[in-house]
Amino acid sequence: MTPLEIDTGTTAWLLASAALVLLMTPGLAFFYGGMVRVKSVLNMMMMSFGALGSISVIWALWGYSMAFGDDIGGGLLGNPGQYLGLKGLMSATSEVTAGISGDQAGTYPAMAFVAFQAVFAIITVALISGAIADRAKFGTWMIFTVIWATVVYFPVAHWVFDFSAGEHVGGWIANNLKAIDFAGGTAVHINAGSAGLALALVLGKRIGFKRDPMRPHNLTLVMLGAGLLWFGWFGFNAGSALGSGMAAATVWVNTMVATGAACLAWLITERIRDGHATSLGAASGIVAGLVAITPSCSSVSPIGAIILGAVAGVVCALAIGLKYKLGYDDSLDVVGVHLVGGLWGTLSVGLLATDAAPAGVNGLFYGGGLDQLWRQAVGAVAVLAFSFVLTFIIGTILQKTIGFRVSEDDERQGVDEIEHAETAYDLGSFGGVLRSTLSGSAGAPRPDAPKDDSTPTHGKHEEVSA
Amino acid sequence: MKLVTAIIKPHMLDDVKTALEAFGIEGMTVSEASGFGRQRGHTEVYRGAEYTVDLVPKVRLEVLVDDGDAADIVDVLVKSARTGRIGDGKVWTVPVDDVVRVRTGERGLDAL
Repeated sequence: MTPLEIDTGTTAWLLASAALVLLMTPGLAFFYGGMVRVKSVLNMMMMSFGALGSISVIWALWGYSMAFGDDIGGGLLGNPGQYLGLKGLMSATSEVTAGISGDQAGTYPAMAFVAFQAVFAIITVALISGAIADRAKFGTWMIFTVIWATVVYFPVAHWVFDFSAGEHVGGWIANNLKAIDFAGGTAVHINAGSAGLALALVLGKRIGFKRDPMRPHNLTLVMLGAGLLWFGWFGFNAGSALGSGMAAATVWVNTMVATGAACLAWLITERIRDGHATSLGAASGIVAGLVAITPSCSSVSPIGAIILGAVAGVVCALAIGLKYKLGYDDSLDVVGVHLVGGLWGTLSVGLLATDAAPAGVNGLFYGGGLDQLWRQAVGAVAVLAFSFVLTFIIGTILQKTIGFRVSEDDERQGVDEIEHAETAYDLGSFGGVLRSTLSGSAGAPRPDAPKDDSTPTHGKHEEVSA
Repeated sequence: MKLVTAIIKPHMLDDVKTALEAFGIEGMTVSEASGFGRQRGHTEVYRGAEYTVDLVPKVRLEVLVDDGDAADIVDVLVKSARTGRIGDGKVWTVPVDDVVRVRTGERGLDAL
């Protein structure tokens, strides 16, 4: 057993990138939370924070092993038992390289890779929640996160991210199909977008969809979230180089310019169509650009990245109107931004890839013919279909058994109060009355307690929400 | 006694308050309000979804005054709240039967 030749630069960048990507999920919570109405902002944010809890744990228990264990057949799934509970990954010997994918295998500890990939699993699950804003039971959502990650994400991560190395056999999209998905256009964005569409269909439209105003309640939160996502995304994309060298640097620059171009393109689209450039448009354009450059950041030039980002900004800005035309309530546009942006980004590798970039492949516009394009298309459609069908089944079973959607009354009242017994903002002067503390009961009776004639009835103010 | 109520544009509040203080009133109550008159609302667009916001933010200002001052105070209010553009608001007066100062129990004009 020879110890690994650890590259400290690579290891440091991987661990830093993992922390950057972790921050994206709270960032997403802000991004989504600001977009919903004031009565459901906490529930919206809690769906992301809940995924931080549940996926962290199951990733260590069986997720990593399912995604990056030796293939158990056809490139479809890693061996769930191989690294169960991350066993065997703490020793610094070459034996553990089997758990590490890519050419750089052996230059960083397996645990650094475990950490980096864990945060991808978390944010992918959290992304789905935007499709079911205002109406999901929190408990069912938490069960969903565990089932969905196990049945859908871990296998797809194996397909896309697990490269064969030495005796280790990885997944089919990465090794057999050879589609290029650098940081997760298929595994993360098409996967989450497709799942979001399925869940939006299972749960149905919100009460008052297309009739009641559902304005974002706090656009400053949305912009804060978009900023955190952009920041964290440098870890997402440049970290996926699994090294701190030329590839990471090129990917970093591509991620910046594509995102800037998408932001501009979304704003110009809005200015022409609606008459104003909006802050929500800027935030949305940023995310659309980040999504689109994710699969392609290693295979395009900075000029290609600008074109790719600009197209993403326009296409996604137009795609979010689809839900009103087709009548599905994908509340926060997971489909319009992540599915559409992910599809465009994944296919664009087949169009805009240049062999001057780290991936070394030419797309259609650079004389590479259709070879890469069809591989990209097959990978994208496979993930889209797999995710949609399985999510629809999982969602339907949960809805029919324990119920996924809150009752009509509860939805009108607001999921924050019903599901979490909390109010996001204490803006009014009519506060509650302290009923009890941990050290014993005191104060006024609960307004919903059984009537007792001997107790005074003051302190029954219901807070009026703005 | 009379209760003078004014619905005005929020950004005019400082001017109106200064003018009323210059006139010599002793107190006022201000609250945030929403509404529309002939001005109607405005349009907002979020990710391409257009919303008509009918109820625009206004400030509601209330002053209790002696009968004799009411007309003058209405004049002061109207003059100080006017921008000349649509949406400037309204001022009206209603009679008040009785007023009590909570701390002392004083009634009527003494309580103003």
